[in-house]
Amino acid sequence: MTITEKILAKASGKRTVSPGDVVFANIDKVMMHDVGGPGVWAVFQELKPIIGEIEKIWDPDKVWLTEDHFVPPIDKQSAENIKTLEDFAKRYGIRKYFRYGLGQYGVCHTLSYEEALVLPGEVYVGTDSHTNTAGVVGAFAAGLGHTDIAYVLVHGKTWFRVPETLLFRISGELQPYSTAKDLSLAILHEIGTDGANYKAMQFSGSAIKAMDIDERATLTNMSTEAGAKNAIIEPDERLLQYLRSRTDSPLTPVYGDEDAEFSEVYDMDARTIEPLVAKPYSPGNVSSARELSDVEVDRVYIGSCTGGKITDLRMAASVLKGRKVRVRTEIVPATQRTYMQALKEGLIEIFLQSGTLIGAPTCGLCFGGHMGVLRKGEVCISTTNRNFPGRMGDRESKTYLASPLTAAATAVTGRITDPRDLSG
Amino acid sequence: MNLEGVLRGRVHKYGDNVDTDSIIPGRFLKEMDPKKLAEHAMEGIDPDFVKKVRPGDFVVAGKNFGCGSSREHAPIALRYAGIKAVLAKSFARIFYRNAVDGGHLIPIEIDNNVYERLSDGDEIEVDVSKGIVRNLTKGEVYNIRPIPELVMKIIKAGGIFMFKHE
Repeated sequence: MTITEKILAKASGKRTVSPGDVVFANIDKVMMHDVGGPGVWAVFQELKPIIGEIEKIWDPDKVWLTEDHFVPPIDKQSAENIKTLEDFAKRYGIRKYFRYGLGQYGVCHTLSYEEALVLPGEVYVGTDSHTNTAGVVGAFAAGLGHTDIAYVLVHGKTWFRVPETLLFRISGELQPYSTAKDLSLAILHEIGTDGANYKAMQFSGSAIKAMDIDERATLTNMSTEAGAKNAIIEPDERLLQYLRSRTDSPLTPVYGDEDAEFSEVYDMDARTIEPLVAKPYSPGNVSSARELSDVEVDRVYIGSCTGGKITDLRMAASVLKGRKVRVRTEIVPATQRTYMQALKEGLIEIFLQSGTLIGAPTCGLCFGGHMGVLRKGEVCISTTNRNFPGRMGDRESKTYLASPLTAAATAVTGRITDPRDLSG
Repeated sequence: MNLEGVLRGRVHKYGDNVDTDSIIPGRFLKEMDPKKLAEHAMEGIDPDFVKKVRPGDFVVAGKNFGCGSSREHAPIALRYAGIKAVLAKSFARIFYRNAVDGGHLIPIEIDNNVYERLSDGDEIEVDVSKGIVRNLTKGEVYNIRPIPELVMKIIKAGGIFMFKHE
């Protein structure tokens, strides 16, 4: 069995499972944010006439909450939603709750591993499609809707069709100026935006081993854009050390069998990966950055679960150090801890010196919900994960997706720029 | 959901990769009232949709319908706009699951030739238990792809909470 199959077999009390089997798996961890939590609350209210008042949830210690989508609140409705999340936490005794203006908080997917909230071998679900990100710790991690999360909160389990696994074996190592984001876009170019629909994506090989945890998380994060149910990387010593420095919980990693069967195997050489950009309006619409060097942009965004992690900020700072931005540039650290780390390393000063705006941690810009919304016709290059029509604002705005290096190089020149071509 | 008898309505046809930002843009995710969500259904791809749609109508789409976000707002917006079923060549996994487990609408998979024969505005009848679509405008009958057993049970129960397993 693959690592994904072994985790699902264990969680559903079976000796073996195969792709296509439907299992009811026990859930180890659940996440809700300020969109998902109020949605789950609404489901509980709708169900009252059918199943009665929900007095308690299955295990409040397995649930964690964060405020990330509309924070700080942008209007009365989003402020009410935060209150709903607070009331939910209090009513059901959920203690692990990351709140804005009260220390560590931020984008749920970065917190999931930065705070070691999800551990190797666990089954983890959350009210967000990029929940897949947490597969970086060798867990089965999948995004679900409100009703499904409400069901898990009551029953502690849910159904999954065991996914086929696509194995991506990435040999060599990424070249300087090429990043996990570029590799993700190369994979999307290869398999398309439904290339992994209902399936697991597993990443392995020397290029993955050489990546830090943030970079690996970019790969698991972007798997959502290929439609994947989950993405996963088998734990190695680097990961276990990363987690040990963040939690005292015992770690019990799960590994796939030697004779695991994969529905498809993709062999790629990391040395061939160049700085890439996804053009409007699909993450699978990929060109090399150099081919797009005549595209002028109005805005640059560096942030989100995909591109606002400490590693991403370091990359952006390496380009922006001693340079000025030519177009409006917004940088948003993914979490408060990331922000603090960036401050300690002097990155925030580099950003401010270069002229960029620094925002408080939020998912807002990535989905056109909060801050930095694009107007009609505006063109943005962004380190985020999606560029659907209207994703970051007006339906007639355009978003190009790129790595933090390419986005920062573009901020300096005002047109899409391969970071290798930045002079001076 | 009662699957005996037929659903009847008109076709609203779209292409491949209709994403969740097109079905309900992200700025509405803070909205908790399903009727207000319905006022913006498909706004990202077809701002006239809510003016055209009538209760019982169908969305017909190409591959990967509902790709993107896990927002259950997407099937909820369509449901409260009056859509009973979406017929698509394929569905993104979270949209499919939300539609079924939330009891919002029936996701029905169709082959490419069925997609090609269905035109915008066609009057159709969908008989889920018999697995067929009747195109009343063109006088044709098509098969839909079989709905998996578990999914069918959950749909009939009206959602995951009403479904009793084992």
